[in-house]
Amino acid sequence: MKRWARELGPVAGAITLALGVGAIVTALTGYSVPAVFKQLALGAFGDWYQLAQTLTQATPILFTSLSFLIAFRAGLFNIGAEGQLYLGAFFAAWAGFTFKLPPVIHPIVCLLFGAAAGAVWGFIPGWLRAKRGANEFVTTMMLSYVAIYLTSWLVAPGGPYHGTQWANQTVRIATTAQFPRLLRGAQLSWGIIVGVLIAFIVWYLLFRTPRGYELRAVGQNPLAAEYGGINVTRNMILALTLAGALAGLGGAVEILGTHRRFIELFSPGYGWDGIAGGLIARAHPLGAILAAILMGALRAGGQAIDRAGVAPADLAAVIQGLVIFFVVAPELIRYFRRLVPRRARLGDTEL
Amino acid sequence: MPAEAIRMEGIVKRFPGVVANAGIDFSLNWGEVHGLLGENGAGKTVLMSILYGLYQPDGGKIFVRGKETRIRNPHVAIQLGIGMVHQHFMLVPRLTVLENMAVGWEPRLGPFLDRRAMRRRIEALVSDYGLEVDPDAKVEELSVGEQQRVEILKALYRGAEVLILDEPTAVLAEQEVEALFATVRALKEQGKAVVFITHKLHEALEICDRITVLRKGKNVGTLPSSEATEERLAEMMVGREVVFTITPEPVESEGRVLLSVEDLSARDDRGVPAVRGVSFKVYDHEILGIAGVQGNGQKELVEAIVGLRKPTAGRVRVGEYDVTGASPRVLASRGLVHIPEDRHLRGLILTFSVEENAILGEHRQPQFAVGPWAQKRRAIRTYAQELVEKFSVSVPSLSAPARTLSGGNQQRLILARELSRAPQVIVAVQPTRGLDVGGMEFVWEQFLEARRNGAGILLVSMDLDEVMMLADRIAVMYQGEIVAVLRRGEATKQELGLLMLRGKGEEVG
Repeated sequence: MKRWARELGPVAGAITLALGVGAIVTALTGYSVPAVFKQLALGAFGDWYQLAQTLTQATPILFTSLSFLIAFRAGLFNIGAEGQLYLGAFFAAWAGFTFKLPPVIHPIVCLLFGAAAGAVWGFIPGWLRAKRGANEFVTTMMLSYVAIYLTSWLVAPGGPYHGTQWANQTVRIATTAQFPRLLRGAQLSWGIIVGVLIAFIVWYLLFRTPRGYELRAVGQNPLAAEYGGINVTRNMILALTLAGALAGLGGAVEILGTHRRFIELFSPGYGWDGIAGGLIARAHPLGAILAAILMGALRAGGQAIDRAGVAPADLAAVIQGLVIFFVVAPELIRYFRRLVPRRARLGDTEL
Repeated sequence: MPAEAIRMEGIVKRFPGVVANAGIDFSLNWGEVHGLLGENGAGKTVLMSILYGLYQPDGGKIFVRGKETRIRNPHVAIQLGIGMVHQHFMLVPRLTVLENMAVGWEPRLGPFLDRRAMRRRIEALVSDYGLEVDPDAKVEELSVGEQQRVEILKALYRGAEVLILDEPTAVLAEQEVEALFATVRALKEQGKAVVFITHKLHEALEICDRITVLRKGKNVGTLPSSEATEERLAEMMVGREVVFTITPEPVESEGRVLLSVEDLSARDDRGVPAVRGVSFKVYDHEILGIAGVQGNGQKELVEAIVGLRKPTAGRVRVGEYDVTGASPRVLASRGLVHIPEDRHLRGLILTFSVEENAILGEHRQPQFAVGPWAQKRRAIRTYAQELVEKFSVSVPSLSAPARTLSGGNQQRLILARELSRAPQVIVAVQPTRGLDVGGMEFVWEQFLEARRNGAGILLVSMDLDEVMMLADRIAVMYQGEIVAVLRRGEATKQELGLLMLRGKGEEVG
């Protein structure tokens, strides 16, 4: 419990600070501070519907945050969650409208397809990194664009899965594959529950299994891992494959729960939000649940600000950016500090 | 009465779970070299870090030149004329010596760095104190000893009158130690005050005027070096009589070959051949020492044996098994363990808990895991607890990160983990480097115990005394080859030294 307070305290402080700076920016740009912040709060948590909006947006971000952090734990950067998400979404949709399966089984099959597609998109940069030394930062990002445009082409006019005339999207998935909604009139679905479940599974994997032990060992000290008989390259590949699978799963959940079909460019950047989400969570899978809700709240609140006309969407984006920046900056600074030799700490330490 | 430069009274410093300084009194006079002696974790560095403003004490007073002072940060300390040279140098490798010294303290010529003024001062300092170093050399090109000189120069350049040297000899070679001592003596003659932190007794006796011994955060006593002996100091340090040298009791080998290395060759990281056709055997109940000056291929040899480097030629056998090029995991299953040279880099994962470190390498054993997807948490905890107790590793808790352990305890944890596997073959590299007397003794006893139980030990050490004391046979390594194998007592230290330095004995000349 004490550890929770220690971890959450600075985050709460950072959010407060960011909102304070956000207020100053709002005032300086000539908009009403009370009106903007009222809309931000109402849009995020104002009523059941708004809360559902927040959680709906938090769902894919939760998956991409988990994707980022599992690679981060192994010392790798998965910058390509956006593309893995698209690929997972498309293949989940494909399984959704192609197969005829009973309920319960059908969505599970769709999730597996989505996870597998994402996993392939994580495996490739993982393999390239482990065997060829190609920087995963670059390869995951590049492959991300490949995936995004590939799926766009698949549903574009003339593409094989162009399902409707009025938009670049596939046909609807079978009702057997759809996640039930949790709240009438809102898009919130079973996806969030699946997400929380997966977060716990990732936590278990990382902190309660020999596999997770090896993954973290490779991330913290690859030389000691090697000394301890741990196959460093195989764990790198595994970490990025799992990262891809998690992002792909996020895309699948988004299709089964929210859109019910694959739509070109449906993601407003959930993959990128996962980077911030993973860092805000201090790379902890359970922290990712809270981080994703925070990110979802900022998105939902930002939309409300825009919709109510109290300020343009740009200002909402500035506030979102400030929150992310304030929360993530210390973590990044700490990370980069680790890269330079530290001063002798506590007591007499020697080489 | 000599004038007092520094007086510290009743200094208290607590860290979570540890009292690092429990009311320490300490004084330092002008023109004095004051030794600060103690085991790892005794609180020497913490005390001096407080004087240098890196830590704020939880209690006690500090007087500088007789005036009570609060030293809020190192900047204040520097202005008070206090300088500190840390164990880990804080230099920018890509900058020159001159530029490094300028960082934060630039004499300016308008907006520019006044290099001429700096150079004049540095050259004066260099000649005053015999700190030979080229001001225009890049720091990354300097040897460790030279870098240390730059750190000392930097402190003097900033006007240090009181100089704290934190285990300055830990990183130095023999001749460099001599040069350092000459510098320290010159500083003393100039009337400066020097604190010399160390845990090497003979150094303290050689260079210091007075010696203060710390134990567990307390000042055990301060005495003039003229009244001190190694035995007395050691007793003060560890609180009991210690044996300095251990005499291994004779044991009978059964003549079984436990580790055999045949014609082994390996390259270093740059791809240059570093090990050239090395052959030797380690028998049961035997310690084979490898002596040699650092950088003669010992590191590559060990790595090639323990599975961390692919040999380019030759064979390695553990018992009857051919393990050439096998992974550390396979080697462990054949009964070979490795005590690595670098505890922080190889031996431990500093951010992992004591518990997690205790099973590194064995984390997949059925004892601790059910396949790859479940851990036996209770078994791990019990096992870690056993190790910690059996090897007297002092830890804040089993869940504390290994980073919070003192160096000696980190090494104990590694030994506990590796020796508990009941190994046939132990490959140990510099196992006592940086340890205090108590820690060394502990390590030695563990090795002798393993030898008594029939293990074969390959001991690689730069410390000739250690090798001569422990090893039943000594192989001398020179430029990637074994140039001689001698039985215990067959050669004097001088003869061994010559072999190490020239690769051949005296008579060949």
